[in-house]
Amino acid sequence: MEMNPARRTVLRGAGSLGALSALVLAGVLKPTAVYAADWNKAAFEAKDTPAALKGLGAGSPADSKDLVLKVPDIAENGAVVPVDVVSNIPNTTSIAILVDKNPTALTCLYAFTNGALPEVSARIKMGQTSLVRAVAKAGDKYFVAQKECKVTVGGCGG
Amino acid sequence: MADPMKIRASMKGDAAEVRILMSHAMETGQRKDAAGNTVPAHFIQTITIDVGGKRVVDGQIGTAVARNPVFGFKIKGAKAGDKVVVNWVDNKGDKRTDEATVA
Repeated sequence: MEMNPARRTVLRGAGSLGALSALVLAGVLKPTAVYAADWNKAAFEAKDTPAALKGLGAGSPADSKDLVLKVPDIAENGAVVPVDVVSNIPNTTSIAILVDKNPTALTCLYAFTNGALPEVSARIKMGQTSLVRAVAKAGDKYFVAQKECKVTVGGCGG
Repeated sequence: MADPMKIRASMKGDAAEVRILMSHAMETGQRKDAAGNTVPAHFIQTITIDVGGKRVVDGQIGTAVARNPVFGFKIKGAKAGDKVVVNWVDNKGDKRTDEATVA
């Protein structure tokens, strides 16, 4: 069988990539733009949904049918609950996922730029049966969609 | 240093689908160990995704994201061969950057 030259190239490529990562790890090369927005402590440490919404600056968002929230009706394991959010609201720039009855309501907040579609899939923890809410920001307005998810075994421990 | 992320990026129609599996304990700070001591909170706080050199997703997450977080995104305008760079930082300052290429 003939040697496959492409295979060589792939191997060489992998080698140099490894070396590059090593440099990054050693702090020699700074990866471009690794800086993220500051963590919104007020919103993430808020104990309930209204306080978390206030922390986000969302106030009381309007219900929207164009915001699609998918969560299972029943979650067997509260430690891993799959959630999908798709916003069909024009100019959506960010999406947050909240769980009303968790010790801290806000689970995650994503901002989208440069062609990222306003949708996200995530796996969250739920302490008990609760409403799950998706909050989308479009322009300077906020919209919400909600659905109850029944939890059989809590996922917050303790 | 935490374990590497697994990043999958592939074109689906005119958008790149990016799926990321991060390896992280995501301790809530509410769980107690066998001895009854509270396990201190240890969780990822910020996530960024760059595709083709442009910031596409800027994320903040809290303690209620499941252990070993999985996130999926779709990036319109990306093309095969674009470099995907994902970065996270946790509440203890631990961080991790991994790369993949859109297939």
